[in-house]
Amino acid sequence: MPAIAETRDAVETLGQSTYKWGFETEIEMDMAPKGLTEDTIRLISHRKQEPEWLLEWRLKAFQAWQAMTEPTWAKVSHPPIDFQDAHYYAAPKKKPGPKSLEEVDPELLRTYEKLGIPLHEQAMLAGVELPEGETARPPVAVDAVFDSVSVVTTFRETLAKAGVIFCPISEAVREHPELVRRYLGSVVPVADNFYAALNSAVFTDGSFVYVPKGVRCPMELSTYFRINARNTGQFERTLIVVEDGASVSYLEGCTAPMRDENQLHAAVVELVAMEDSSIKYSTVQNWYPGDEQGRGGIYNFVTKRGACRGDRSKISWTQVETGSAITWKYPSCILQGDGAVGEFYSVAVTNNHQQADTGTKMIHLGRNTRSTIIAKTISAGHSDSTYRGLVRMMPKAAGARNFTQCDSLLIGDQCGAHTVPYIESRNLSAKIEHEATTSKISEDQLFYCRQRGLSEEDAVGLIVNGFCKDVLKELPMEFAVEAQKLLQISLEGSVG
Amino acid sequence: MNAISPAGVSAAAFLNRYAGGEGNATRAQAADLLRKAGLPRAGVEAWKYTSLRTLADIAFAGAPAQADAAAVDALLAEAVRAYALDAGLPRAVMVNGCFAPDLSRLPDGVSVTRFAAGADLVPHDDVASALNALLAEDGLTLIVAAGVDAGRMALLSVVVAPDGVVLSVHPRHRIVLGAGARLSVLDLSVGRGDYLNNPVLDVAVAEGGHLIHAKLQTEDPVARHLAVVHAEVAGDASYDSFTLTLGAALARHEVHARLAAEGGIVHVNGAQLLDGRQVADLTSVITHAAPSCNSRQTVKNVLAGHARGVFQGKILVERVAQKTDGYQMNQALLLSDTAEIDAKPELEIYADDVRCSHGATVGALDAEQLFYLRSRGVAGDEARAILVKAFLHDAVELMGDEALREVLNRAVETWWNRKDA
Repeated sequence: MPAIAETRDAVETLGQSTYKWGFETEIEMDMAPKGLTEDTIRLISHRKQEPEWLLEWRLKAFQAWQAMTEPTWAKVSHPPIDFQDAHYYAAPKKKPGPKSLEEVDPELLRTYEKLGIPLHEQAMLAGVELPEGETARPPVAVDAVFDSVSVVTTFRETLAKAGVIFCPISEAVREHPELVRRYLGSVVPVADNFYAALNSAVFTDGSFVYVPKGVRCPMELSTYFRINARNTGQFERTLIVVEDGASVSYLEGCTAPMRDENQLHAAVVELVAMEDSSIKYSTVQNWYPGDEQGRGGIYNFVTKRGACRGDRSKISWTQVETGSAITWKYPSCILQGDGAVGEFYSVAVTNNHQQADTGTKMIHLGRNTRSTIIAKTISAGHSDSTYRGLVRMMPKAAGARNFTQCDSLLIGDQCGAHTVPYIESRNLSAKIEHEATTSKISEDQLFYCRQRGLSEEDAVGLIVNGFCKDVLKELPMEFAVEAQKLLQISLEGSVG
Repeated sequence: MNAISPAGVSAAAFLNRYAGGEGNATRAQAADLLRKAGLPRAGVEAWKYTSLRTLADIAFAGAPAQADAAAVDALLAEAVRAYALDAGLPRAVMVNGCFAPDLSRLPDGVSVTRFAAGADLVPHDDVASALNALLAEDGLTLIVAAGVDAGRMALLSVVVAPDGVVLSVHPRHRIVLGAGARLSVLDLSVGRGDYLNNPVLDVAVAEGGHLIHAKLQTEDPVARHLAVVHAEVAGDASYDSFTLTLGAALARHEVHARLAAEGGIVHVNGAQLLDGRQVADLTSVITHAAPSCNSRQTVKNVLAGHARGVFQGKILVERVAQKTDGYQMNQALLLSDTAEIDAKPELEIYADDVRCSHGATVGALDAEQLFYLRSRGVAGDEARAILVKAFLHDAVELMGDEALREVLNRAVETWWNRKDA
């Protein structure tokens, strides 16, 4: 493939070697023909051996999608997307659903090895054969999604002993249809918005988590998404249901090869939290952001929403957004149960020509519901970054509280940082506090660091990490380290 | 043709009254805009929280040549009494959208000329300005020459709608201050009956000039009020405004202020005190188009009954506008279970060496503060009054002109007493 080599060389000379995850895996793929029609959807449904109800559900979403137009309210601009010019199904050619690691294509395993994703339970558990300088980490169960298909899910037996279901959603459709049918689309309805409708029509895989009553999930769960094939969109669907008194912590990571075309990633994540339960959902989003000239990169148009159905339930979103050419994403909480808690901690970093329009929605329905929003935005290069958030107190949300803090940091005079909060209250006793600031890195802080011998780049890194501390401390240990490194890399070349 | 575009609702009632191009490009352009966009509905972002749907079905009539003189006198006298206006205060009075020289006492130091469609129609691209541009028949241009301190004056608007007729009036004013000139304007609107008042004011303050604009909107409770101010502020000049909204069933005060040169200052402060089923919207866009400018905004909403308050405030800092200092605070106090506040404070920033911040709070009266006052023998109603007035005090005290601040304070007092009655 000379085109790829060319691109890679071109990118290399531009000094864009900082995106370490930009390699491509040569692997045989099973692809649907380009374009999106009812036939495509039938084909996806057939390949995945889905029941009739799910096909109908998809077709309903497709119909709704056809009647919809792309949203234009976000502060991002891109050439129109030709939705017929992509493959809507791409899977590594292999028997569906490998039962063990031995059945997984070794090329795939190598890919994940390169990405640093632990797929070997044994090594992890025993803590042996660790590379030098690395300490033993607590076990994490991983569901690895390669293009549209889940390739492997680790630690399933350990989890099953605790009663936790953690599997690809396509498998859950077969094994636990009653659960999937009950909750799929119950938080993000099929016709919720343009990209959610598209996802509902064509989603191919994703993760499913079910934590039964009173169970505290014994380990962190994690899904690792990788886009590999060209001309494909990735449409994964994640559904997490946590029953009364149960809890889970879930991590999500993602990367893609470097290409000079734009690829669409339109995922939907639905969370359901019952009485006294809690879900912690952490994301480190590191899709390929495009090169320094703004060529290529992923369009990350994602719908994430959690419903705190039960009293005293809690959903906490933490995200570190460093990748993607364009991000359009608003992880939200619907606080239905009395005393429910919603949290949103976000760091969004844009550099070069990246655009990010991200934020959250906190919809307070129940009494004494509480929400906290901490959003840190960093813009550098020619990028634009927007925080867009909604806090809505409904008439029954007596005693509800919200606190929002949005801070933006501008690095360089060619970037933009914007804050667009929507604050709506229809309850007398609900209290909302919102504050936002925009500034550049303080000269004093920079001087202080430089004076003590730090290079400008290190000083900026240190200050930025301090700026983001409130969010980073919410991340699980492993992610926090990765996120800090990512921040540094994302901002490389933006100062001096 | 009476096309209703999907973007809005029909503006036919207004377009029908518009005779055609008449050789005026701004009017033709405004007609075009309304024909294409219609009246905004809630789905249009700039009008997200305020729909003009209710204007679509009314066949608004132009103002009659003669208004009921007795009613006009009564309304004026009532305003002078209620707000204890200084008897000697120079004033320019508009009756049903037309200048009333007999009722006016023009100030020294201000050149006052009447509206001339060709010269005075500055084109703008917002809907309320377009509506005005299409139908404006009269208005005043107030010019203060360079270096002149013209003191204080009132711009009074009185609208009296005859029974059974829904009027619409579209006065078009301009205030132009020369270099170093100063002027304080009390912009007061009163009225009776069902009507739409759609005033547009173009402000230009030259270098070192200083304009104070205190607006007090006390339209009839069933009336509609749709006002726009476009202010252009030069270097070291200032536009210092406060808008107190008390009247009208549906009101929107929209400000577009542009800081065009270094050292400019803009204040867009305001308060909306609403009751019943009133809806009032304060929308502002403050554009920093030059370095080292300063903008301040404090907006308070006090909402009782089923009232709905809207605040949309945007600070736009352009790439050149380094060293910008922008601050915006909006706070809402809900006094009833059925009141609603919708706020959208917005920062759009393209320059890095800036200090911009905004804050927003929404809540009820603090139970602890109430308890504190009551435990010291202050009765419940009085305690509430103290707290509400204290809440408004932060904003009203920002009015730079002391006499006009007193007028605003009296208006707050009047509103509170009437509300309790």
